Amino acid sequence: MASFDKELDARGLNCPLPILRTKKFLQEMGAGQTLKILATDPGSVKDFQAFAKQTGNDLLESAEAGGEYTFLIKKKA
Amino acid sequence: MADKKLGIIASKGTLDWAYPPFILASTAAALGYEVQVFFTFYGLALLKKKLDLKVSPLGNPGMPMKMPFGPKWFQGINWNIPNAVQAVVPGFESLATVLMKQTVKNNGVASIAELRDLCREADVKMIACQMTVELFGFDHSEFIDGLEFGGAATFFEFAGETDVCLFI
Repeated sequence: MASFDKELDARGLNCPLPILRTKKFLQEMGAGQTLKILATDPGSVKDFQAFAKQTGNDLLESAEAGGEYTFLIKKKA
Repeated sequence: MADKKLGIIASKGTLDWAYPPFILASTAAALGYEVQVFFTFYGLALLKKKLDLKVSPLGNPGMPMKMPFGPKWFQGINWNIPNAVQAVVPGFESLATVLMKQTVKNNGVASIAELRDLCREADVKMIACQMTVELFGFDHSEFIDGLEFGGAATFFEFAGETDVCLFI
């Protein structure tokens, strides 16, 4: 996985908390910075796609390994 | 591009039905929507300073009754308890409420108080129906701060401009 500026551990949290925490983290970050998110909610795969699409932030990566999901989001300029 | 708008009428005051308005409002706010929620009738219970929400499986055959403790096979059992039994056993509603709160915690789902706080932080505008406040004999001091009190016309001022409008 590519480098990132900040990491959010949303493991164990369920809808809609991973999205809400992500929004909060992104607010405190600068344009163009990347946020890595760890999650265990299976619904988060679709949700992060939808979040990126609707907010204009870039979902660079979306991966799953052993029931854990990793997302990489780049804050829009 | 102007922000999209979401309007919600929250009319129910049980623990289960408290979730949809707060989940949708907070999520929409995170997605950039401007959000207003109009709380009316039993929905006013969701705005009380002291949240005391309960859930009842009575008359709700769709609600699974499961135990939030013990081994996995035990937690998977759906306890099919007839309405007639639920109605006469004292404290059945309190039991169901305790079980649901525990299940919520076990599953990493937020509490209603937490979701409500997240909505307020995200500037979700909350309006309490003044008519119902009077009808139920409530006092403004029983409710959380930052509310607006208004009526149907107040709701439509915003609802008429929304992209999504829901009655819950």
